[in-house]
Amino acid sequence: MSHKSFRQAIFEALRQEMQRDPRVILMGEDVAGGRGAPGEQDAWGGPLGVTKGLFPEFGPERVLDTPITESAFIGAAAGAAATGLRPVADLMFIDFMGVCFDQIMNQAAKFRYMFGGKATTPLVIRTMYGAGLRAASQHSQCLYPLFTHIPGLKVVIPSSPYDAKGLMIQAIRDDDPVIFCEHKAMYDIQEEVPDEAYTIPFGEANFTREGRDVTIVALGRMVMFANQAADMLAKEGISASVLDPRTTSPLDRDSILESVAETGRLVVVDEAHPRCNMATDIAALVAEEVFDALKAPIRKVTPPHTPVPFSAALEDRYIPSPEKITAAARAVMQHARALA
Amino acid sequence: MSGSVITAITLPKFGLAMTEGKVVVWHKEEGELVERGEEIADIETSKITNGYQSPAAGILRRRVAMLGEDLPVGALIAILAPAAVTDEEIERFIAGFVAPAREKAEEGTPAPETREIGGRMTRFLRVGNGEGPPFVLIHGFGGDLNSWMFNTPTLAAKATVYALDLPGHGGSSKTLATGDLAELVAAVRAFLVAEGIVTAHLVGHSLGGAVALALARDEPARAASLSLIAPAGLGAEINREFIEGFITAERRRPLQVVLEKLFADPALVSREMAEDVLRYKRLDGALTALKAIAAAHFADGLQQIDLRRALAGLAMPVQVLWGGRDAILPSRQAEGLPEAVAVHVFPEAGHMPQMEAMAAVNERLLRMLPTPPK
Repeated sequence: MSHKSFRQAIFEALRQEMQRDPRVILMGEDVAGGRGAPGEQDAWGGPLGVTKGLFPEFGPERVLDTPITESAFIGAAAGAAATGLRPVADLMFIDFMGVCFDQIMNQAAKFRYMFGGKATTPLVIRTMYGAGLRAASQHSQCLYPLFTHIPGLKVVIPSSPYDAKGLMIQAIRDDDPVIFCEHKAMYDIQEEVPDEAYTIPFGEANFTREGRDVTIVALGRMVMFANQAADMLAKEGISASVLDPRTTSPLDRDSILESVAETGRLVVVDEAHPRCNMATDIAALVAEEVFDALKAPIRKVTPPHTPVPFSAALEDRYIPSPEKITAAARAVMQHARALA
Repeated sequence: MSGSVITAITLPKFGLAMTEGKVVVWHKEEGELVERGEEIADIETSKITNGYQSPAAGILRRRVAMLGEDLPVGALIAILAPAAVTDEEIERFIAGFVAPAREKAEEGTPAPETREIGGRMTRFLRVGNGEGPPFVLIHGFGGDLNSWMFNTPTLAAKATVYALDLPGHGGSSKTLATGDLAELVAAVRAFLVAEGIVTAHLVGHSLGGAVALALARDEPARAASLSLIAPAGLGAEINREFIEGFITAERRRPLQVVLEKLFADPALVSREMAEDVLRYKRLDGALTALKAIAAAHFADGLQQIDLRRALAGLAMPVQVLWGGRDAILPSRQAEGLPEAVAVHVFPEAGHMPQMEAMAAVNERLLRMLPTPPK
């Protein structure tokens, strides 16, 4: 057990699974880095250095740099998974899904169904999402709702180094295609992470704060902001639960409903574009299943329905903040007081 | 009246990791007389809600903490003072009370260490700095050194305290040869040797009680005293549903139901407690280890080890502590023990009296230390 960053946690998960199972391979742009240029092997380990160190240990047979052709290497990874390997493919930015979506949506996600259960596709696609790095509208989106929409895909959005390691190992051992979404502003967050390998089952939400008055459901980086909001609210006498679903597909419906039944109030925080995102999905679930428990209308905290701005000032305003979350929680609390 | 007769009741530190908590129930009204050791309030932490026994006697003049207000350890929660002390004096005392900064409460949290002993990693916590034999605390099936989180701070004020993770548990190696009692006893013995502990006040809970007892039987010189808390090995009966449920439950909700059997008050089982247990159970090898240990000790829903006779020949002070509402190992297994064995049953506690009756258990454990010369 020691302090590890989000980056180290994912690295350790990949390394331990590659040591354990020779079928696990990595492929993607620059996952080895500089391959072919003498003296520059393992230069990068992916754009943010997550896989640095794996090329020297596992060699070119298992750590494959690919051409800049997502449709080709994601398709190759899906095929390799269907024929016996367990590839972890690095789709650098989630924004690039557009060029390879047929391979994911119509091929990898459908093999099990189209082949009558005779094929499995143990494929992991790692991909970076999220705003905050001044990377403009083509490299900053949170497109996980698009993956969540597709049956046959599992979608993982870790919010901490501990979760990242356990969910990554689970993703690699899972027999279905998994989209593993890493927020690019989280790689340097640190916490205690066990040295041993462990798995966190999909569809198992985690309470990061326990409270009585309001449930805040948040994903990925927004869990941190929701925790900060809950700590601020506690000083005002508002006791908030923060619930992190960890995976959007499968979704731990039971924990969400259990918590809202306790508190009677729901704030959903989602960094994705506001239409048809996880916030609308979770709000609909709660409205349909525990309507009578609600003491106030559900509040969503999301960005506006625009591309992510390149202007730093606008980007900062665009992203949901702890302040916006506390404001939403106060609003649902005040609604209840007005009724009383 | 001087200020010294005003007693500040501050938020206690229940566990090593506790940095804050809150009063959730008051058991005393303002103006009521409070005896020393009487429960004054229920304190909720992220780990447990527990009755807090007043460290002093006096009239409860002021309930300072608001219900549900998050407070750092050491914050003022109540004032005890004789009736002669005026309200103004109490106001002045409260105004002048300096609560510790939150960071300060977090500073002194000692971290467990891990070292390789006899080819396997052993995690343990060492706290306190006493001169005589240390306490060595051995947890039960599925537990770890955190089973003692509410005991180590109190014990460490008087003696050195070691709490270790048994093989297959917590942060220790998960690989076992057989998982039987002999292997667990050998691991604890190896730990004592490695740490240079010649003699210890052995304390074991549940399965750890059987380990401590077997060790004291095999090497009596190792045990300055023996405290067995709801120990295994003193009867055949065991709650099979608990053992099987603990092994099977992979998710929080079913596990919480299983963990509730451990406590007389099931409300003590928080989601965080279940998540902590799952963090252990998710580790590669943990489940295999649990199954091996369960097969060796509790096959077919019956205890496979009988250590009652081992108790008879022991020369060191021996006590058996049990919760009267233990739903895992019934407290009647403490009946009919040799006369030299002191038996204390805490009627309101379940299988975890070191948590549910922490003050009483801590007091009993400290009595095993020699009385300091006056």
